Amino acid sequence: MAKPPDVTDDQWDQEVLKSDLPVLVDFWAPWCGPCRMVAPIVEELADEFSGKVRFYKLNTDDNVGVATKYSIRSIPTLMVFKGGEAVDQLIGFRPKSDLKRVLEKALV
Amino acid sequence: MAAVATTREYDIVIIGGGPAGLAAGLYAARGMHRTLLLEKGVIGGQIALTDIVENYAGVPTINGFDLAQAMLKQSESHGMETESTSVSGLERAGNRWLIHAEAGDMIAKALIVTSGADYNRLGVPGEERLTGKGVSYCATCDAAFFKSQQVAVVGGGDAAMDEGLFTSRFAEKVTVIHRRESLRASRILQERAFAHPKLHFVWNTVVEEVLGDDLVTGLRLRDVITNEESTLPVAAVFIFIGQHPNTDFFKSLVKMDAGGHAVVDDWMATDQPGLFAAGDVRQNSARQVASSVGDGVTAAIAADHYISDNYPT
Repeated sequence: MAKPPDVTDDQWDQEVLKSDLPVLVDFWAPWCGPCRMVAPIVEELADEFSGKVRFYKLNTDDNVGVATKYSIRSIPTLMVFKGGEAVDQLIGFRPKSDLKRVLEKALV
Repeated sequence: MAAVATTREYDIVIIGGGPAGLAAGLYAARGMHRTLLLEKGVIGGQIALTDIVENYAGVPTINGFDLAQAMLKQSESHGMETESTSVSGLERAGNRWLIHAEAGDMIAKALIVTSGADYNRLGVPGEERLTGKGVSYCATCDAAFFKSQQVAVVGGGDAAMDEGLFTSRFAEKVTVIHRRESLRASRILQERAFAHPKLHFVWNTVVEEVLGDDLVTGLRLRDVITNEESTLPVAAVFIFIGQHPNTDFFKSLVKMDAGGHAVVDDWMATDQPGLFAAGDVRQNSARQVASSVGDGVTAAIAADHYISDNYPT
């Protein structure tokens, strides 16, 4: 089970918006307890959706630009991007089944 | 989680992974019972969202999430199993309990319900729509997004003061809005809050509406004595106005008090055989980490006795 790579403000356009595959971004910060609960679920999903969806983590403390652009006001927030557009977002801790549902929706 | 074909059997199933459930799991598993703990959200429950716990005896100060993880590790080291799933209902099946869970049905000799409590919402326009966009029930999760901004905290209890003080680390000004003219919070927290230069208090006032299109921009307030309305510009509102027990899946099954808490005896036993309730979900809970841990331990010992008495080996 591998931790998804980090994405930064500078890499955002290239890695997320211009991705040929749908992308799930896990917005998190080191001080956020529920983020630490979401992390292992995101890692499991990254394995299950390997080759179909790209996964990234964005540290909202270090990457204020993207966090501000997408009006992140609560973490964990998981956002799904497809063709450069935000197509779904889940705010707060959610069970794995909810996360799976939005990923399957993004693949249709 | 995929549904399993066979119904799994346990000695003790615990519903809810807060301090009461984790402590019950420790005693149940250490007592050589096949034990499963079910949690629908975050292990630790309310304490997982608490920045600092400093009133758990023997532990001078610890982050709530870290305390919950330590409890989980300890219980699992004695053999407790854990599963992430919600429970929709309970049913008596012969001399066992049948648990209907999202992850599939399970069977148990004894059940310990430690489903805790969930925070109350204000129930005003704008609140639900702007949740996660400035409306928050967890300052430790979200306060950092409001650096140098003006925010509001609603409530007058310990949670409101705790979270208001936490929020002040980031915000420029924190306005505490309370519907009465004095706080319910414990004296130590009141003193800290009143002494804090960033905390301001608005008394006898309720929130009528959360304002904003995509993000919170302010609150519409009403003075409950004069009925005068006003607008408070804020970027966030943190809401701590009490809680309600999580009993949807078993409230029709056991005797409840007027507040919707499970009625239990000194051994945490409900009026149903082998069904125990511990922690914030039970009547007259002191709603503390330590008391919930004590409740969970009591319930696990009672469940152990119940199993010995009813399922002789």
